[in-house]
Amino acid sequence: MTTTASAPGRPTSAKPGRPLRIRRRMTPRRAGSIALKTLVIGFLLAITVLPLIWLLLGSLKTQSEWLNSPSWALPENFLNFENYQVAWVDGDIGRYILNSALATFPSLALIVVLGVAAGFALEVLIWKGRGGVLLLFLAGIMVPGQMILLPLFSAYFQTHLTGTIWPLILTYTATGLPLTVFMMATYFRAVPREIFEAAAIDGASIYRSFLSIGFPMVRNAVFTVALVQFFFIWNDLLIALTFTSVGDFQTIQVGLLNFTGQFGQVQYGPTFAAICINVVGILVLYLFLNQRVMRGLTAGSVKG
Amino acid sequence: MNNVFGNKRAVLVFVGPALLIYTVIMLVPVLWSLGYTLFTGSVITGFEFSGLDNFAKLFSDPKVGEALLFTLKYAVILTVGQVLVGYALSLLYVFWLRKASSLVRTLVFFPIVLPTVAVSLLFQKMFEVAPQNGIVNEFINLFGLPSVDWFGSPDTAFLVLVVMDIWRSMGFYAVLLYAGLLDIPEEVMESARLDGAGGWTLIRRIVIPMSLPVLLSSIIFSINGTLKVFDSVLALTNGGPGSSTTPLTLLMFRTAFSYGDYGYGSTIALLLTVICLLVTIFIFRSSRRDLTKG
Repeated sequence: MTTTASAPGRPTSAKPGRPLRIRRRMTPRRAGSIALKTLVIGFLLAITVLPLIWLLLGSLKTQSEWLNSPSWALPENFLNFENYQVAWVDGDIGRYILNSALATFPSLALIVVLGVAAGFALEVLIWKGRGGVLLLFLAGIMVPGQMILLPLFSAYFQTHLTGTIWPLILTYTATGLPLTVFMMATYFRAVPREIFEAAAIDGASIYRSFLSIGFPMVRNAVFTVALVQFFFIWNDLLIALTFTSVGDFQTIQVGLLNFTGQFGQVQYGPTFAAICINVVGILVLYLFLNQRVMRGLTAGSVKG
Repeated sequence: MNNVFGNKRAVLVFVGPALLIYTVIMLVPVLWSLGYTLFTGSVITGFEFSGLDNFAKLFSDPKVGEALLFTLKYAVILTVGQVLVGYALSLLYVFWLRKASSLVRTLVFFPIVLPTVAVSLLFQKMFEVAPQNGIVNEFINLFGLPSVDWFGSPDTAFLVLVVMDIWRSMGFYAVLLYAGLLDIPEEVMESARLDGAGGWTLIRRIVIPMSLPVLLSSIIFSINGTLKVFDSVLALTNGGPGSSTTPLTLLMFRTAFSYGDYGYGSTIALLLTVICLLVTIFIFRSSRRDLTKG
């Protein structure tokens, strides 16, 4: 919410008190402070990274290694990918991922197209009742998912949409819209009105203005919003669990939950491999886009 | 000009589709859900009008009391934990690590983007005692202490849940609050330093008061999110042992889908919504009063 463009990676050399410190010599106290600093950083990195390393190592161990050696032991064969094969073939993880993609990307496309257009209409166009409509969208941010589950379940059941991918796409789109509309309206506020007025004087219709000027100018913001929504939708359990309990469209989160229900107590390796597939996919995305993810998620965190 | 910006048909084209989907799939169901509270039954068994029975049941149901208590306990403990740990980290980033903090920020933030289900299953394995000792129990054994059955008793299960959710979210709150700390004007800090304020005094007298707005929004996000906790509980403890870690969200889900009672499920959902609303309004109000006092 308060993220400014300068938030990540802003040079901190301008901090006060800094010039005084440069000349300070290496005293025991200063050496101690450096040691403490290293210790704290090391601790933070350890508690973040070690569980993930343990997960990765666990996914490479055979069942007998799991049963016969301590859980912190290293795998005997670092290239043992058999667990991944089991998770992929017997666990059907691939199909779950495909389902998640089938639900996530159409929803994202709809959210972006509808949300950006609505944000434009609410901020740039002048009409009666736009304040009220914005408030109406805002109210949606507060509504817990549990409140709309049951009516939607009935509605999808009666319209025979149950058992298809549509309940997921429709529900994700609707729940993603409030935050998107709100954020897009905020971004359009930052675009100077004069630009649109100049376009109007030059004879551009409002549709043309939106397509050729409005949308390109908030392109980066659109990408950020889409990224935020991607994480919300991809990681959702509640909606997916409700609408895919019957049918063949269980998403990766539901699949993972079922998977460990079936295999978890007995088969360690495949379970770890299945969790690992989930984590690594997100990790790769995060490594490429981490600054944007951080900015986007903290700006969009209203959703909780 | 106003013809262009006030074009009624354009308004309809731009805002219409979004408003339609939002209305049909969110607003109407909210009202519909309110209607359900007056009925019992489900879409499969059929509905029967029951008047205010559901509300009477809500206030006398020990399960609801237990779930409500758990939800509030979890929300309070986790909000305090998330915001405190996040604030400590953000202070660390700004005042102590400075330039070096970029890598730490990036890594500590990472867990929040991971699927909650995956993280919960990982923590389940880490704290497991049977059939295999998890890494946490192995670590405890190193000191000659016996393994702990973390998921066997309500208190330890709750502890694991809190540890996991703080682990997941601390980096997120740290970055949120870090952004707020960077907004404090340099001049204010500079003059405070010149006046002889340093270390703890500087933090207490300048930094904390000046980051109150962002602290407040963090608290609101946190309470709003923790009251709705669902994924992590379902995947980590599945509400157990017994029903000791069952929040309202999970109780509502079970009531509706396992016992097929939509009416009562909707009543529980309504209770949850009302709590979320009251808490948010309460925090907003009390914060406004404080700000006018200066």
